[in-house]
Amino acid sequence: MIETVASAALAVNENLNIRKRRIQNGKSKNRLSLVTGTHGDELEGQYLAYMVGKYVDEHIDQFDGILDIYPALNPMGIDSITRGIPMFDLDMNRVFPGTKDGTMIEVICSSIIDDLSGSDVCIDVHSSNIFLREIPQIRMSVPTAPTLLPYAKMMNVDFVWIHDAATVLESTLAHTLNSRGTKTLVVEMGVGMRITKEYCQQLFDGVLNLMKEIGMWQGETAPVHEPVVSEGYEVGFVNSDAAGIFVPVADFGDTVKKGDHIGDVVDPLTSKIVEKVLAVCDGMIFTMREYPVVYGGSLLARILMTSGGEGQ
Amino acid sequence: MKKKVLFSMKSPYREQLDIIGYCFGHGRKALAIVGAMRGNEVQQMYVCSRMVQELKKLEAKGRIAEGCEILVIPCVNYYSMNIGKRFWAMDNTDINRMFPGYDQGETTQRIADGIFTKIKDYEYGIQLASFYQQGNFLPHVKVMDTGFTDSKLMKDFGLEFGIVRKPRPYDTTTLNYNWQIWETKAFSVYANATDEIDEKSADEAVNAILRFMDKRGIISAKTPPGYITVIMNESDTRQVQSEAAGIFVSLTDIGKTVERGDILGRITDPFDGELVSEIRSPVSGTVYFEYHSPLINAKTVCFKIIK
Repeated sequence: MIETVASAALAVNENLNIRKRRIQNGKSKNRLSLVTGTHGDELEGQYLAYMVGKYVDEHIDQFDGILDIYPALNPMGIDSITRGIPMFDLDMNRVFPGTKDGTMIEVICSSIIDDLSGSDVCIDVHSSNIFLREIPQIRMSVPTAPTLLPYAKMMNVDFVWIHDAATVLESTLAHTLNSRGTKTLVVEMGVGMRITKEYCQQLFDGVLNLMKEIGMWQGETAPVHEPVVSEGYEVGFVNSDAAGIFVPVADFGDTVKKGDHIGDVVDPLTSKIVEKVLAVCDGMIFTMREYPVVYGGSLLARILMTSGGEGQ
Repeated sequence: MKKKVLFSMKSPYREQLDIIGYCFGHGRKALAIVGAMRGNEVQQMYVCSRMVQELKKLEAKGRIAEGCEILVIPCVNYYSMNIGKRFWAMDNTDINRMFPGYDQGETTQRIADGIFTKIKDYEYGIQLASFYQQGNFLPHVKVMDTGFTDSKLMKDFGLEFGIVRKPRPYDTTTLNYNWQIWETKAFSVYANATDEIDEKSADEAVNAILRFMDKRGIISAKTPPGYITVIMNESDTRQVQSEAAGIFVSLTDIGKTVERGDILGRITDPFDGELVSEIRSPVSGTVYFEYHSPLINAKTVCFKIIK
């Protein structure tokens, strides 16, 4: 059943509609919400939503509960390849929880929160941005980790990043839902504007496994692996200090030692290497720059310190 | 006056970004004024350029107080201004959501840090601010209520209204908020327009800043008399939203006094011209924000009224 969660009239002969599909079977009232498309340039979740919905449809007799799929919280953004909300230049994930008597986007965000609240688990799927590629991972703040980590481990991700809480992140969908008692996992995987089928398959196995663990799925599941869990301080950031074109020599997922050569920033005009990029710590590269043009400060890589080395 | 490069950043394909500051007087860091941080804040840059002109004249006449230094930064993000974008040209991040900045962080965090290290030790800070939505404001001054800046100081600007805003989570990475955390008394001055120049409002903003500087003993200047500023909480103002979508026509002006029930604007169907909504004022008061675009969505803030 397809429902409209929120709607607002646009200026010329059109409505902005946020839609979800509810799949319901059996007696259980357990509810899993799969939500994505908050940023219009993040598409990995589109394919995951398709895969999960299709599989559950085809094996509905093995499903017991309620699955709500929200493929596009920011449909105008996806439609126009715009990360934020078109016309407003606002990051939708800084507008939650919204308000009933606010502006159009605040009202829509408020309706989305109302609709998602009460889910037993919510999975909020993101895919980095056009600049960076990420291994499948779940991110959570330190205060939410005791509640969320057991669920994150069911999701077949490679990595769980537990980071410090930041006031500015209180405006996110996940913070809002977690603070209201709806357990919400933030997934990051892949790269903006693209679909990485193997990552979607990995997460698909995780979603099915989580549904099984919470009693919503009686069918077969693939084995899931235990993620590496970070404690927040164990991540090294590699930022460019020069401007130019970043050409990596290390691969995504490589294990490196502090000082290892992981790439160069080159100047196409002078044909010079303007910066030799080195690993800032021992560990595994879990984020890698995808878009080559860089300024000073552009993030080139994140390294998970697996051996206790010192990071930046 | 000294023209200084406060922060530089190399670009792969453009001339180096040099953020320029104009420094007047010598001594304690009395006041920093920051203009455009976004590429469409032309009015904000223009007001700063007018301030540079005024301060040059005052300096030549010896009217800057002994032992006071004033810094004016007309434009932080001219890279975006030159290509018609609002946020940072490469990654669309907002420099005014990156404070206090981080010198080892991402590009716009480094820009924010580069500026903030140069302006965080001033006693007073003024940012020429804009609103995310197209529209015109009655010139006014605003403080973010962090508990540091005394809101009564807004009276020294002599603008008609001074508004106190309770910060929200997304405000905590703005310049104004962080200035106060680092103990600079910080104000945001709204000079009506954003992406076009409004001379009358620019005059008002320049006079207001000069008045403030004069009252605070930073300069000695004669300015036209100002208002006795009414100070209020932002929550005491009333937002009026469109109930329908279509073609928007305002029937009032900013600064106009309206009565409850007065018609403020009309929305008509964009295809057949039929009236779809009359926007009436829910309260009596003064119009201080007016939406400024021919097309309007439903649930859009089209007017703000000071009760």
